[in-house]
Amino acid sequence: MTTFFNLTLAGLSSGAVYAALGLSLVIIYRATRVVNFAQPALALISSYVAYSVTKDTGSYWLGFAAAIVVGTVLGVAVERLLVRPLRDAGELSAIIATLGLLLVLQAVSGMIWSNEPHAFSYAFDFRGRFSAADLFAVLAVVVTASGVLLLFKFTSLGLRMRAAAFNPEVARLLGVRVGVMLTLGWGLAAAVGSLAGMLAIPPFISPTTLDEVFVFALTAAVLGGLDNPLGTIVGGLALGIGLSYVSGLLGPELVPLAALAILVAVLAVRPAGLFGRATARRV
Amino acid sequence: MLNKLPPVVVHLLAALGCLVLLVLLTFATDPFTNLRIATVGYYLIAVAGLALLTGFNGQVSLGHGAFMFIGAYTVALLVKRVPAFPIWADLLLATAAGGVAGLLAGAAAARLRGPYLAGATLALAVGLPAVTQRFPDLLAGSNGLSFTVNSQPAGLRSIPSTQWQAWIVWLAVLLALVVLANLARGKLGRTLRAVRDDEVAASLAGVHVGRTKILAFLVSSACGGLAGGLQAFLLGTAAPGSFTVALSLSLLAALVLGGLGSLWGALWGAIALVYFQVWTDDIAEMLSLRNDISDNLPLALYGVVLIVIVLAFPAGIQGGLRKLWVRVRRPVPSQRGEAS
Amino acid sequence: MLEIEGLSAHYGLVRALSNVNLKVEEGSITAILGANGAGKTTLLRVISGLVRASEGRITAFGEDITTTPTDRIARSGVAHVPEGGGVIPELTVEENLRLGALWRKDRADRAKALDEVLELFPPLVPRRSRAAGTLSGGERQMLAIGRGLMGRPRLLLLDEPSLGLAPMVAAKIMAVLRDLRADTGLTVLLVEQNARSALSISDYGFVLGLGEVVASENAATLLADDQLRHAYLGF
Repeated sequence: MTTFFNLTLAGLSSGAVYAALGLSLVIIYRATRVVNFAQPALALISSYVAYSVTKDTGSYWLGFAAAIVVGTVLGVAVERLLVRPLRDAGELSAIIATLGLLLVLQAVSGMIWSNEPHAFSYAFDFRGRFSAADLFAVLAVVVTASGVLLLFKFTSLGLRMRAAAFNPEVARLLGVRVGVMLTLGWGLAAAVGSLAGMLAIPPFISPTTLDEVFVFALTAAVLGGLDNPLGTIVGGLALGIGLSYVSGLLGPELVPLAALAILVAVLAVRPAGLFGRATARRV
Repeated sequence: MLNKLPPVVVHLLAALGCLVLLVLLTFATDPFTNLRIATVGYYLIAVAGLALLTGFNGQVSLGHGAFMFIGAYTVALLVKRVPAFPIWADLLLATAAGGVAGLLAGAAAARLRGPYLAGATLALAVGLPAVTQRFPDLLAGSNGLSFTVNSQPAGLRSIPSTQWQAWIVWLAVLLALVVLANLARGKLGRTLRAVRDDEVAASLAGVHVGRTKILAFLVSSACGGLAGGLQAFLLGTAAPGSFTVALSLSLLAALVLGGLGSLWGALWGAIALVYFQVWTDDIAEMLSLRNDISDNLPLALYGVVLIVIVLAFPAGIQGGLRKLWVRVRRPVPSQRGEAS
Repeated sequence: MLEIEGLSAHYGLVRALSNVNLKVEEGSITAILGANGAGKTTLLRVISGLVRASEGRITAFGEDITTTPTDRIARSGVAHVPEGGGVIPELTVEENLRLGALWRKDRADRAKALDEVLELFPPLVPRRSRAAGTLSGGERQMLAIGRGLMGRPRLLLLDEPSLGLAPMVAAKIMAVLRDLRADTGLTVLLVEQNARSALSISDYGFVLGLGEVVASENAATLLADDQLRHAYLGF
């Protein structure tokens, strides 16, 4: 029994990370109907910056703050310089562009910080079944996710952002600065993504550290329904726990394939995700 | 006269002609270049398969590297465990293995579209190579499998192995290309494109959409399996480190650069893949760049290429060539009032 | 209040509007009439900036707005209620309404506007917290117009407000417009296929045919001109 308890706890903290990264994907997808395949790379670069800042100043939290700031700035830059020009170019173009960005940023981080893994510290003590670091991860994600959901549901800004995402034309007619809303959305998403990166990366950082996590985050986002933030968070936590069982019982190497199996199984039964809204396709 | 012959024959003759030219070429160049020529070969078939799936049929696959992985390990295992099999049998089985995997993948992915499909295939690319760690006895973990192939018949032993390997690779590649070209030109090609452009319309016209999509996966992954098998044959090893996400993305980059919906584009893309690596190595040496930079330079370049192409030249190299060709063939319009 | 000179607009190679000249007086209700495809919707979309004019000039409140971006035009006091209403179904009724006034700084005034609009369209009150997608056609149209009024516009552009509505509901909407004009001096530019209903509350009317203005008269004259009515207005 204790094994299951341990596995569940472990799954909870990793699930929190998938939920956070998945949330950043969903925020962007809702706003611009683009899956930001470059998100793990944005989080990666932010975390590398945190690594350098922490190394130079000795302060983890200064590095943490730097990561969030850098992430936000990168998100804004990507929206204005890459995504905005491709608004009308079709789905495939956006996918390819963000994939290209993923390649570039991963390669650049290898160039600057080398492909060799570096030790990367946790926020808090990481020893034990459910350590302080794990607790911090779960709390940080819960607080951030709640903040985002509250922002969208209860503030004027959130209302404008939602309107800009659901129907940009009508939003413009109502005086909403749609372009600004989209940029803000990307900045916010990237900031959340950077938080996820900081939580996911320890104990080692290398250019490919976030590849697996990204796959799980994407799975979580799809499971929850690509346009449903709450669904993604639930999906992420559930996935984390499920994959933790797989890791414990079948071996950690099979976890990505298990995620794939879960993804395919869920989409076979509910193509729009567990909580997604299936929109009727226009013929 | 050439127009009277059925397309298959034309393609076979063209392939034969290419093979002859290639053999002559390998005599004229050094072993390094022969190795590169062979590398272009197997990348070409990999990217051509992807062209059929993503270019013609519109299914974005980020997992093509996984099928190469399957092909490579099939060849490696066969050579080590069943040395009696000739190399062409191993390659055939690698192709088949890739095809079977593609069948399964295509069936699983038949209802997925756009980013959902991309995500699922990405999961495949990340997940499959990790299997080597799970079964270290069979698959030798991260070190991979190493082996030697003795495929040269007694009469041709005098020819350097790099040359021989280039011939084998290109023989296989050209044969596969003939098959692909015929599929692409014929009914399947039209059906693939119809499904890409508008699934609903295609199904209303009587096309079995699911079956078409799965078939596209099957053919494409068979090509991937062959490519992986050829790579293993060439390098004498199969290791998980060669089949990263970056490989799958590089193949996509090559396809987009070459021209998304075209088999010729696959050729330009494959050449680019090999020669970007060569050029960046040369530049790195010229500028005495550290290893970190030179190792990552090709990937950074592919990424930049993807972005630039998508922003500025969506039709890729082949699209540009086609435009040039049209402009060259169309007569310049005469000025009004002048005799033409 | 609104002046349009020599306006032309294209969708690709297709000319949708051709040399349109139009003037809307402050405090008036002006009808834009014509058959399907005459360019009525395009005209409104060019005024509010959703479609770029290829030739000509639009002046509103004394300012040239021909190339002004849509959201800025909206914030200058022009409310465009598009064809079908343009209600955002995923948001609640109240959220849709609030959206209409978010650009105004005065929070107290925004709350007041919400109360006024709900008073104007009582059927919306019990559905306040429901998703707008659950409303009937008539309720949606009321919501759309109410949302347009939330920003206290100086000029209201309405695209076929009575489309698909039961005659009683349509009549009620027309009555609301007429009362608004009387009470607040609101200027309305009204696109309608139901010419009789539109002309009954309008002061002036422009008739469009194939992208051109084929008639511009005051409403009474248009109602009386049988030939014109038969040719362009269908009755």
